[in-house]
Amino acid sequence: MKTTATKKWMTLQRRETVWGFLFISPWLVGITVFFLFNLFEAIIFSFNTIIVDPVAGGFTMDFVGLSNFRFILLEHGSYNQQLVESLTGMLVNVPLIIFFSLLMAVLLNRKFMGRGLVRAIFFLPVIMATTAIQSTLELTMGMMMGGVSSVPTEVMQAQMGFNANSIAMLVTSFGVPIQVAQYIIAAVSALHEIIRASGVQILIFLAALQAIPPSMYEVCQIEGATSYETFWKVTIPMVSPLILTNVVYTIVDTFAQSQVVQTAHNQAFVMQQFGVSAAMSLVSSLLACVLLLFVGWIISKRVFYYN
Amino acid sequence: MVKTSGKGFAVGLKRLVEPKVLNNTVQKVSGASKNFLLNICVAIILVGVSFVIISPILAVISRAIMDPMDAINPLIYLIPQNFTWQNINDAILVMDYWNTLGRTLAFSLGFALLHVVITSLVGYGFARFKFPGSGPLFALVIISIVVPVQTYMVPMFLNFRFFLGSGNINLIGSLWALGLLTLTGVGLRSGLYIYIFRQFFRGLPKEIEEAAFIDGAGPFRTYLQVMIPNATPAIITVLLFAFVWHYNDTFYTSLLMPNNRLLSVLLIGLGPNFQAIFNERSPILAQMVVFAGVMLAIIPILTIYMFLQRYFVEGLERSGIVG
Repeated sequence: MKTTATKKWMTLQRRETVWGFLFISPWLVGITVFFLFNLFEAIIFSFNTIIVDPVAGGFTMDFVGLSNFRFILLEHGSYNQQLVESLTGMLVNVPLIIFFSLLMAVLLNRKFMGRGLVRAIFFLPVIMATTAIQSTLELTMGMMMGGVSSVPTEVMQAQMGFNANSIAMLVTSFGVPIQVAQYIIAAVSALHEIIRASGVQILIFLAALQAIPPSMYEVCQIEGATSYETFWKVTIPMVSPLILTNVVYTIVDTFAQSQVVQTAHNQAFVMQQFGVSAAMSLVSSLLACVLLLFVGWIISKRVFYYN
Repeated sequence: MVKTSGKGFAVGLKRLVEPKVLNNTVQKVSGASKNFLLNICVAIILVGVSFVIISPILAVISRAIMDPMDAINPLIYLIPQNFTWQNINDAILVMDYWNTLGRTLAFSLGFALLHVVITSLVGYGFARFKFPGSGPLFALVIISIVVPVQTYMVPMFLNFRFFLGSGNINLIGSLWALGLLTLTGVGLRSGLYIYIFRQFFRGLPKEIEEAAFIDGAGPFRTYLQVMIPNATPAIITVLLFAFVWHYNDTFYTSLLMPNNRLLSVLLIGLGPNFQAIFNERSPILAQMVVFAGVMLAIIPILTIYMFLQRYFVEGLERSGIVG
């Protein structure tokens, strides 16, 4: 039984504080010990050479200043190239994934037969997102071209007279800048990757579309807006907060699968250069975070919050 | 809905502009045929994209049951002429499939349940209690979602290898490393699950808790007996996602349990292992066994997905990531 003294001390505010901290206490331990501390150590490690001593146990650090960073940026064979490729790849793919998933969400939001089935299929890539399965599935791409036609593409080109560059030439002859044409061709040839990477995004957009009050569309209909106007004036502003969410999700997801991460992993666990690997992870994460903040800042200026 | 509103407007406009040229029935037909054409276009896009998603799975299954002789025969497309169990049998043998599958399912389910218990507690704490610092702490949850684990994998590995700074305790290779991460809510995508639970609990009416409080239940009892039974959609979503992501994960398992014998990791070495065990030099044969292995790895998760597909898709919508 509580005495009156403790009751007075336990105001509602204090009790909420105590219980709140009790509920989040497991996470509080985890975030300090396994997240913040490790993040802090990752920064320390990147300025040191780590020598692991498995016999005596533990590891020793040897301060080397900026030499790890100098090594990965100036001397390492492929790191800086992979870094640039990953970042430019992100800049190319993220808008494509966002546009594609928004388009698909709008299409899936219509009422049609077999809607549930199509939605289930669109979500399949998320279920099978493991490295071994993905790399094997990529191998099969050629097989779906068919039995006889699985002969080398050069032969097929000669037979069918089809060449992807001919489309590029066609498009550019219409006066489209060559860069735009190249971007479109890159997008089309990466279609499989884009479809695979946009499962979660489609679902998030779909949920956002269904959350738009129907009365808004009724107003548009009564006021005589075309469907094009309705899309830009109602649909886009209403889903814009989720565009931000999806951009963040896509950048994080793309980064985790990028070649840079793999290189850092190998540097640590194959070549045992832990300090160098920490520097690699740090540089690439920092750049990804800068990109994230920059894109987030641009989008958040244009985001419209309904409530 | 968007489209129909636009079309209604267009048809109406036509009626206004050219009332004498076309009578009403013709107008209706033209509107309907435009709708029909639009539906055809949508159907073509949806079927095309679905095909791109499904075709690799079909190709894998076709190769898995195909005789190696058929694989090099350019006249055979998808449907094998000579059906064989040989590839599947080899894959089952090399991966020790049934034991591995049982181990992987138990591992994934165990960790998924652990995720549900811990992250629902933390999510409830963030959703319902106002305490100083709850805002910045929740921002830290978001940061832990956004910062990739690869950023701090080296210190994480070394700290588990020499746990508590001593050389005697090595948690790498045991379930404890990943277990501790999951128990403290910083495991595989734990931040996302905390977010899902927090959003879900915030969406529940406060009155049911107040009723429980007035009836004399403490906060923990309220959480356990009132909130948890009401949180079934969020629980199912987190359970399914955690299960699938643990089933597919190779990063955490290969980093913290290098000698694990889980399905997703064994799959990576399946081809070379097969060649080593059977002293088989043909890469085509090894590849077919890999296809069979991938098929065997996909089938359990696909079966679960077929039955619980509704919860995956709707769960994400209802769990409150949106809003």
